[in-house]
Amino acid sequence: MLNAAADKRWHGRFALALLLAPALLWLGSLIILPHADLAVLSFRERVGPRQYSASLAQYKTFFTEPLYWHVFLRTAVMSVIATFMTLLLAFPIAWIIAKLARGRAGSLLFIICLIPFWVSETVRTLGWMILLRESGVLPALLVKLGLTDVPVELLYRDATIMVGLVYTSLLFMVVPLVSSLESLDNSLIEAAYDLGAGGLSILRSIVIPHAAPGITAGCIVVFMLTLGNYLTPTLLGGKNSQWFTEQIYTQFITRFNWEQGAAFGFLLLGLSTALVMVGLRLSGQRFGDVMRRT
Amino acid sequence: MIPSLPRPIWLRTATAAYLIAFLVFLFLPLAVVAVFAFNDAPYPAPPWHGFTLDWFLGNTAKGRTGLFADSDLLGSIWTSCIVAVCVTAMSALVGLTNAFLIERGRFPGKQILSIMMLAPLVIPGVILGISILAFASRIAEFADDAFGLELDFLRPGLPLVVLGQFSYIATIATLTISARLRRFDRTLEEAALNLGAAKAAVFRTITLPYLRPAVLGSAAISFLMSFADFNTTLMLVGSDTPLTVMMYGRMREGATPVLNAVSLFLMIASAVLALTLLRRGHSRAKPAE
Repeated sequence: MLNAAADKRWHGRFALALLLAPALLWLGSLIILPHADLAVLSFRERVGPRQYSASLAQYKTFFTEPLYWHVFLRTAVMSVIATFMTLLLAFPIAWIIAKLARGRAGSLLFIICLIPFWVSETVRTLGWMILLRESGVLPALLVKLGLTDVPVELLYRDATIMVGLVYTSLLFMVVPLVSSLESLDNSLIEAAYDLGAGGLSILRSIVIPHAAPGITAGCIVVFMLTLGNYLTPTLLGGKNSQWFTEQIYTQFITRFNWEQGAAFGFLLLGLSTALVMVGLRLSGQRFGDVMRRT
Repeated sequence: MIPSLPRPIWLRTATAAYLIAFLVFLFLPLAVVAVFAFNDAPYPAPPWHGFTLDWFLGNTAKGRTGLFADSDLLGSIWTSCIVAVCVTAMSALVGLTNAFLIERGRFPGKQILSIMMLAPLVIPGVILGISILAFASRIAEFADDAFGLELDFLRPGLPLVVLGQFSYIATIATLTISARLRRFDRTLEEAALNLGAAKAAVFRTITLPYLRPAVLGSAAISFLMSFADFNTTLMLVGSDTPLTVMMYGRMREGATPVLNAVSLFLMIASAVLALTLLRRGHSRAKPAE
């Protein structure tokens, strides 16, 4: 009997080890070790051919060279604005899908809103380029309408980058918003209305508190994706994009200055983590719960 | 406000107008991409010069290469497919083992491990790419110095692209599959065991069929995400370029409508895949209610 029990326990351990192996291999060799290595890279300096010494030089360059931290700050600020605008734009749509559309119309509308995001970002950006460039559709339309005399270049502006970023992010905001608004009981809103509450106060004291988890989840994901975006800023912003991921690419791939690129990578990772933490703290939520929502 | 409450007419009109404007905003970029795939002009720009299939079939008289003759572009689609198949297979497998690990396993440090599994989603793709690139070349260099081994697969190229994409797509597969496993009624397994079925048989005939929709769904999503990935791929790519990177390169140079043609194919393929998936999800969700 004792033997059988020990045998069973051993079997259990073996099965556990078998299940643990892929997870540990995945996280260890593709996430943990590479990031540790990146950290090591960022804290060293080349002093001669194949000779390195520990130093903070890479981080010092970042703070002393105005270009770098300007771009960094610009990326952060624009990402925050883009996140906020995505929320403003997505909220009414989520409300229509979750509350106003009845029965099948709601789910149909939801599917229609999701479809464009199954297509890759490259294709969507191509569409914006055709629409906005000097020889494109919208400038031609503006001339035809008599609003401008000659076609204007609508690409390579900050506003264009913003449009592209918001467009790309919409899905990641709409989905968590819809799921959190759907769970809001309509009778709460009716009760508030019967007690004389106006639209704004219902929104402020009932809808937003209830939807807070969805809002947080959406904002966190959108912010991270915007911060780490490369395609949209470089294509829609051209040389004026000045996005931080572009700096990382330049250091790593073009200049082959891996130490500097690694430091930049860590700064971006730090910024993204810090703002995610702040968002979670402000809304009092846990990371795991938020990620499961999206 | 909600339908059961009185809504003034201006609010109804504004809502409808907003909805229409939103849908136009959503579909306008895709529509122009599709339309200009058929424009008889060397650049995807107005004015409209008439309908043509040159950008698909080619036209030697006008020196146009169509999509079906553009071997670079077709090659890159093939490359993307190979990468996506590898990433999908790996993600589905690891997602499945992870789901059992998280939902069934009992071991110290499980909480930390399950949080760690979410980490790849919050790391920007560019950083995933460079960290894997740097780590792989460190190993390759070490192998070269210490043993004189030339480990080519650790240099920028498709194997690294696969690993880079897998590193975060595995999280998505894990989340999808474990969400379904969490809802599984374990008494079904116990009943089968009581009736004398072997553990392996129970797994094969009860648990795995139950998980099938989640595994298939996560596989479809993995495939699409891999096909569409740009950030991570860009950092790890070698001489074989997947479609997104190839398209990016051409878009910077000012592309011909061939790109519109290939985009149209992508749109149709992903719409078909999306609708099949949603339909399946629908028909399966209904009887359970």
